[in-house]
Amino acid sequence: MANIRNFSIIAHIDHGKSTLADRLIQYAGLVPERQFRDQMLDTMDIERERGITIKSQTVTLPYTAPDGEEFELNLIDTPGHVDFSYEVSRALASCEGVLLLVDASQGVQAQTLANLYAAMEHDLTIIPVINKIDLPAADVDMVREQMEGELGLDSDLAVLCSAKEGRGIEDVLEAIVERIPPPSGSSQNPLSALIFDAHYDPFRGTIVSCRVFEGSVQPGDVIRFMSNGAVYRVEEVGIFKITREPRKRLSAGDVGYIISGVKTLSDTRVGDTITLDSKPTDSPLPGFKEAKPVVFSSIYPISSDDYLSLSDALEKYKLNDASLVYQKDSSVALGQGFRCGFLGLLHLEIVQERLEREYDQSIIMTVPSVEYRFALDDGSTVVVDNPQYYPEAIRIRVAEEPYIKASIILPERYMGAVMKLCMDRRAVNPRFNYPSAGRVEIVFDMPLAEVVFDFYDRLKTITQGYGSLDYDLIGYRESSLVKLDILVNGEKVDALSLIVHRDRAREWAVQVCDRLKEEIPRHQFKIAIQGAIGGKIIARSTVNAFRKDVTAKCYGGDISRKRKLLEKQKKGKKRMKMVGSVMIPQGAFVAVLRSDNE
Amino acid sequence: MNKRELPGLYIHVPFCRSKCRYCDFYSITSLDLVPEWLEALEREAVLRKNLFPVFGSLYLGGGTPTALMEHEAGLLMECVRRHFRFAEGAEMSVEANPDDVCREKLCFLLDQGFNRISIGVQSFDDGELRRLGRRHTGRKAEAALGLVMSSGFDNVSVDLMYGLEGQSLTSWARSLRRAVKFEPHHLSCYQLTIEPGTPIGRLAEEGRIVPIDEDSEHSFFLFTSRFLTQKRYIHYEVSNFARKPQFECMHNKKYWNRAPYLGLGPGAHSFKDAVRWSNVKSVSEYCGKLSVGEPPVCSREVLSSEQVRLEKLFLGFRTRAGVDLSALGSMPDPAPILKQLEKTGIVRVRRGKIVPTLKGLLVADSLPLLF
Repeated sequence: MANIRNFSIIAHIDHGKSTLADRLIQYAGLVPERQFRDQMLDTMDIERERGITIKSQTVTLPYTAPDGEEFELNLIDTPGHVDFSYEVSRALASCEGVLLLVDASQGVQAQTLANLYAAMEHDLTIIPVINKIDLPAADVDMVREQMEGELGLDSDLAVLCSAKEGRGIEDVLEAIVERIPPPSGSSQNPLSALIFDAHYDPFRGTIVSCRVFEGSVQPGDVIRFMSNGAVYRVEEVGIFKITREPRKRLSAGDVGYIISGVKTLSDTRVGDTITLDSKPTDSPLPGFKEAKPVVFSSIYPISSDDYLSLSDALEKYKLNDASLVYQKDSSVALGQGFRCGFLGLLHLEIVQERLEREYDQSIIMTVPSVEYRFALDDGSTVVVDNPQYYPEAIRIRVAEEPYIKASIILPERYMGAVMKLCMDRRAVNPRFNYPSAGRVEIVFDMPLAEVVFDFYDRLKTITQGYGSLDYDLIGYRESSLVKLDILVNGEKVDALSLIVHRDRAREWAVQVCDRLKEEIPRHQFKIAIQGAIGGKIIARSTVNAFRKDVTAKCYGGDISRKRKLLEKQKKGKKRMKMVGSVMIPQGAFVAVLRSDNE
Repeated sequence: MNKRELPGLYIHVPFCRSKCRYCDFYSITSLDLVPEWLEALEREAVLRKNLFPVFGSLYLGGGTPTALMEHEAGLLMECVRRHFRFAEGAEMSVEANPDDVCREKLCFLLDQGFNRISIGVQSFDDGELRRLGRRHTGRKAEAALGLVMSSGFDNVSVDLMYGLEGQSLTSWARSLRRAVKFEPHHLSCYQLTIEPGTPIGRLAEEGRIVPIDEDSEHSFFLFTSRFLTQKRYIHYEVSNFARKPQFECMHNKKYWNRAPYLGLGPGAHSFKDAVRWSNVKSVSEYCGKLSVGEPPVCSREVLSSEQVRLEKLFLGFRTRAGVDLSALGSMPDPAPILKQLEKTGIVRVRRGKIVPTLKGLLVADSLPLLF
């Protein structure tokens, strides 16, 4: 156990976490040089494309120190986005130390801070690492200053590296071995292991990633999940060396996997404690909680025939993403679907993309919503995350919406534009910090609802990529809310309804009406698109009817040619949804959500 | 069997003296292959003669049937009569080019048993005719129509085209008036369809001619319908008008009503029992295959029930007879769509039929997609 080190790499998005992980893997010689590809741990296409880590992956790196001593270094990769703070916290709880990675040209960013605080909460050893020192714009002294001033770290202890060029990798490894304490615990104690991740393997069932704190576990043992008492017989244990490598047992201090025939997907919960059924531990490991979604949206199959297939895909998906919650939902316009809760907007986008790419689903998602609270005239309170359940307006005494404390760090020169963006989004009570020269941190209170829709994109655009955002929920505040309905030829399109602040309703309604006008094809008749609050129309657009589309003749006896043309068109229309007598292409539901970056 | 449901026989004459610049029907201008084509046709007739016992119509189209010499046309009709039987009162149509029309030709055609003639006038404006690549003039067309109307044919149809390059609504009205003056029994008024691969299609691709816009199409169509309806013609299909119901083209209606038909000759199409097939287009390939006893078929498809349904819809919506409600088959609920279409004056639903209005005929191509 003295030769084991458990660590994570934490960093602001794009600061080079995956590249550093690649170098460490390469250095350990786990992968033959020619099979090596960039971002080994980011196995999903979407992770590689976006340059973010979504699923944490784990890898055990063998390391021989210069003095010949052999170590096992367990790298527990963490998701790199604020939406996944719970997953990050479980990964951090499995470590004794972290590498805090900072980009030498960009310096300390909002998530650097958030990550540092998370690591400190878990009382971890922090090794500051300054990455990308090869860049022409690298300013190591500036970053050192920020580390001292903004992070309160001893910058003399910072390790310098360039993961891209492979410089400083040995220093990083030495620092891990030298500074991070070995795990404590005893393999004689009752088993206590923390689930920090789970994957689904179509052949083996659920594969649980865990950190063993006390005791040991081996094939044949009967284990118990403490949150729900479910018991399973262990089939295999082992460690991750890019691929799974079976071991005789996992003991205190180890990080690895357990396969135990868990078929009921919902039985695995990240953060849960595993113990032995015959000799259980007294108390579970601290910090377990159910993932709490803050953003909600409904997912519908484009073709209602695919409902069961979507249901199946979500069930499988959920195994690898414990933070997604969902339940059945239905819409007049879109049929049967699911109401889903997400950790944040990025999480929503990832679920959407993965369902489409990996599970081959064609889906429509509705406008994201937050959880609103309404106190009604009979003294009761209802919580509503779905506009469908918006209470009758006259019964509402008090409406409330969730607020966040948003922290934005940006170069001073963008301050005006960012202030305007935030004020447009109903931000209040700005506070300013000047952590170092030329940089400013603005802290606002603002409604979560204003952030879930395209705020981050806008911020990135306005600041040319230099602005960074972190946020925390701070509770509910009273608000003036209305339900906005969209009507197409008089028929309400329930999937486009939205609960929104009164002052923002018209702007949104106009935007939706204009977008729909572009997306809905011309019909045989005129189509009116309206935005309405209650019975009052506040926005309107019109799709004109087409005037003539019939072709002159039906070629001699050649009926097939014309029919084939229509069959092709008909296929295209299959992807449309009928609302009353109007066909709305699925793209329209997506277009309504598109960020407006003019 | 009702005459309406009897099969039709189509014979494709793939020869023209000159090619029109808009036409994408298969034809060649060399008449050298006529004897060989006649021989092949005879072979194809033998192959197909037992498919249907009796026909309700014959349609001799092309190409230009009147480009054939009299003895050639005589051989052709002899072959037809030898192998196929026609019901009493069957419609026997032939297409004629105004340039080929003369008293003798008309007598000959009547002698051969034709009782309906369709004159490919297209326009009476010499400039328009030139741009279309037609070989006749407006004067010649009028002369031909004069002859035809007094020749003894008691069912005469005139083909006209609108939406031509440089054609104004006024010029179109003039052509219509000049045609109607002869009181033909039937008129086909087609909007020019620009087909890729034709000389006009190539000009359009190069941007050297600009197809008319949707608003003009709309105006031409409505004007045509209103003008001819006022002259007491029945607008019974998108492009077709008849003085009386009995002058509606029986043969073409078989296509729209999905009655069976047999097509002989290169590029001809046939339909029987949910099977559609078509012949190779090239004359030499057509002759070659038949010379070795092979059927000259190049494509064949068996229609699924969904395809049959779609055909019933799109063909039905082109005619004022409309679509049987039963043709909608199993679909969730057509009521809201029908209601909307009725409300906006696109269709009328009555006596178990969905009948397109004039406004409905304008959008007949997209109607089937709604169901």
